[in-house]
Amino acid sequence: MTLLEVSDLTVRIGETTVVDGVSFTIDGGERVGIIGESGSGKTLTALSIIGLAPDEAQITGSILLDGQELLGRSDRDLAVLRGDRVAMVFQNPLTSLNPVMKIGRQIAEPLRLHRGIGRNDAAAAALELCKRVGLPDPERAVNAYPHQLSGGQRQRVGIAIALACRPALLIADEPTTALDVTVQAEVLALLDALIVDQGTALLFITHDIALISQVARRLLVMRHGAIVERGDVADLIDRPEDPYTAALVTAARRTTLDDTDELVPSAAAGVAQPGREGVVRPGTDPGTAVPPDAHIDAEPGVGPAPREVDRGTAH
Amino acid sequence: MKHVWRSWPGRIGSVIIAGVVLLALLSLVWQPYDPNKITPREKWLPMSGAHWFGTDGGGKDLFTQVLVGSRTTLLVALFSVVIAGVVGLTFGILSAIAPRWLGEAIAHLIDVLIALPTLVLALVLVAALKGSLWTVSLAIGFGSGVILARVVRAEVERVMTNDYMLAADAAGSSTWRTVWRHIVPNIGSTVIVQLSLIAALAVLAEAALSYLGLTPVSTPSWGRMIQGLQQTVTVHPRAIIFPGLAVVLATLGFNLVGDGLRDAIDPRLRGRTADISPAFTSVVVVDDIARGHIAGAGHSAPGDGEGL
Amino acid sequence: MAFYLLRRLALLVLAVFIASVVIFVLLQLLPGDLAQVLGGTQASPTQVAELRRQLGLNRPLTSQYGSWIWKAMHGNFGTSPLNGTSVAGQLADKLTISGPLILASTVLSVIVAVPLGVIAAARHRKADGIALSAVSQLGIALPSFLVGLFLIIVFAVNWRMFPSQGFPLKGWSDPGRAVRSLVLQTFTLALAQGAVLMRFVRSATLDVLHQDYIRTARAKGMTRTQALFRHGLRNASLPIVSILGVQIASLIAGLVVIERTFNLAGVGQMLATDISARDLVKVQGTVLLIAVVVLLLGFLVDVAHLLLDPRLRARA
Repeated sequence: MTLLEVSDLTVRIGETTVVDGVSFTIDGGERVGIIGESGSGKTLTALSIIGLAPDEAQITGSILLDGQELLGRSDRDLAVLRGDRVAMVFQNPLTSLNPVMKIGRQIAEPLRLHRGIGRNDAAAAALELCKRVGLPDPERAVNAYPHQLSGGQRQRVGIAIALACRPALLIADEPTTALDVTVQAEVLALLDALIVDQGTALLFITHDIALISQVARRLLVMRHGAIVERGDVADLIDRPEDPYTAALVTAARRTTLDDTDELVPSAAAGVAQPGREGVVRPGTDPGTAVPPDAHIDAEPGVGPAPREVDRGTAH
Repeated sequence: MKHVWRSWPGRIGSVIIAGVVLLALLSLVWQPYDPNKITPREKWLPMSGAHWFGTDGGGKDLFTQVLVGSRTTLLVALFSVVIAGVVGLTFGILSAIAPRWLGEAIAHLIDVLIALPTLVLALVLVAALKGSLWTVSLAIGFGSGVILARVVRAEVERVMTNDYMLAADAAGSSTWRTVWRHIVPNIGSTVIVQLSLIAALAVLAEAALSYLGLTPVSTPSWGRMIQGLQQTVTVHPRAIIFPGLAVVLATLGFNLVGDGLRDAIDPRLRGRTADISPAFTSVVVVDDIARGHIAGAGHSAPGDGEGL
Repeated sequence: MAFYLLRRLALLVLAVFIASVVIFVLLQLLPGDLAQVLGGTQASPTQVAELRRQLGLNRPLTSQYGSWIWKAMHGNFGTSPLNGTSVAGQLADKLTISGPLILASTVLSVIVAVPLGVIAAARHRKADGIALSAVSQLGIALPSFLVGLFLIIVFAVNWRMFPSQGFPLKGWSDPGRAVRSLVLQTFTLALAQGAVLMRFVRSATLDVLHQDYIRTARAKGMTRTQALFRHGLRNASLPIVSILGVQIASLIAGLVVIERTFNLAGVGQMLATDISARDLVKVQGTVLLIAVVVLLLGFLVDVAHLLLDPRLRARA
């Protein structure tokens, strides 16, 4: 059953076309990854779905959620869906939380907005959610402020907020990029367990191909605002067809295998605005590892047909 | 300066300021009447081809007075900006790069000096040193200079935490060389914006001080014109419009140029404001204060570049 | 937190001390000391010297400063040598006019400027938001004495709604008249301050609107407006409170101008008169009082921040 159907999504900001004719679908409970360098339009695609694209963005195309068109709806109309049917976990867990509001209230807010529950019930629900996302000492955590928690704990709060209303679709935009490597795995495992438990579909956005193979089955590779290749994660890693995907895979292999081969020239770095993606670990940012001659002219939205080979990579 | 043209506030502001400068230059070579010559026969004449703005109660030509007054306004603005710049940069940079105890002592002194409202300082100085354009400029320049110093200190501290500063430090670059090569260029745009706002403040301050009668009688000034016309304002309200409009336009012009420059040079700061208060007491920068909070909170990573 | 407050209090005392020294030294620059002023132009040098001895002006500066500040700490700002009245008494007297004026115009400017600033920020791309912003920019450029004169012409002269000048001799014993004679002054000061305040509120709010937590709030299911009200305003209030402190300080300075325009016998008018009359003792007392009030405001702003911002509380 199709949950989300994005067709020919195009986003322009000023003269620049940031997202160019993107089409894809997500079924209920399905996990899809979008991979691409900074500036490839992946975040803007996600923000358009949830109705949080910047004001100056002109969006055309179609976004159907449960068969209903989302584009062109008012902020008030979309607010009813946000946090309830579609939720989002953001990249930077510190700045994404209100610094002057207690954690418990922030977590309970989606429930108060969408379920209309009272103050006392909300407090109880917040405590329950804190336990579910594995925050240590949940009784203390609900009364803490964001600055009193560690980065990993803050992102657990972010996940608790997003999953409070048991949404049908969760969009996770680089949810682990700002975290320490050791914490990344924990947060990823938590996200994985919770969405399986709730039957939530996942749209996972990252620039890290090693990471995406752990959470998503199906993968969309984006570059310069368009999808250049799509298919099963394991397949794409084994047999990438598009040169850009191949470059991503090679770059990931190099770092994981600690290959001493000479580095790929990084002329594409200028396009990719390195360093604006938050924390970038040296060597793994695909934007700095693409050969300058990797010429990509695939039709937007026209990649190889999805290959549904289940290699169990997501579990 | 072409940056100013990128935004509407910048364009409007520069046109206004260019107009005031032209007026001042024009007054050096051409004055239709003697601005101080009293001709009782011609008192309170209406606007006409002979007297563009009409005349005042002494029969003096209002247009000529406004024309000549623009010089004073511009001179005070210029002097004040220079003094404020010297005071602000010296104390600001010094307090940020000096040894910790000295830096904090200077910073604390700056905070105390800010507590003396510029106008009060100006009143005392003008009384102490006799009212001249220099004294007025000194008071305005010093008063806004200490506030600028606080902004500069915050800016320098921001620059100093950048990686290239650490690199320069590691490379053994001398302190003064570092200041000149790395700090000054990086705080330059902020300081220029602040200085154009201080110029606006100086226009208002000069008008207010001469309105209070604290500048020399011999110096033509818009503020003094208003003071003179105030006595008869209920009977002849029209005359006061011209010097009044001149003050408003000149102030607006400098403020708009400041806004335009800020938007153009530093889009990062768009919307955040460095502003000036009308009672010409303080230039305070929200950005400065906000940054203090953000720094305290450990606000770090920039958002995803795609977001905007 | 108690430690932080104590430390801040100690800094306040230190700041007041420094300010008093600065004021004292600055006023020593005044040409023609008190003895000359009192003696007048006719006085012979020996007469002036005698006066100087009587007034204690030949004592070392440190000793003069010490006795001044010691008395001031006990609420005694000395007596004006020119008219023999107590400076503290006169200040208290003038404050019955200037105090309410400051208070009323602060309240008025906050009530009007804060909501307008928030609206200007929330609608900064819309025509009304831009118009509001332009109006505040214009308001900033309007000198308060011009605004005052305009209000006098319209409301006092043409419509005769309020008195144009002065303050009733009977003072607050006739509250109706007293209030009526401060209305135009309040509006003049409030307009000048409100324009600046509105601009600050606008930029503080705009700044907050671009923060990630506003996006999170919207992702939870809030509309733009809901997110601004429930998550934005408290954060925006931090810089706004700072500005308010400075604003009230600049209001005190604005009094000097506005009291001249309305011929109002308040603290500002007194200060301007005393400076031209070289009444050193009164000027010293008045300026010290202003500085203390401003420094105290700074202290209160910091305390307010402590209450509003949990991050500061954690460090304090």
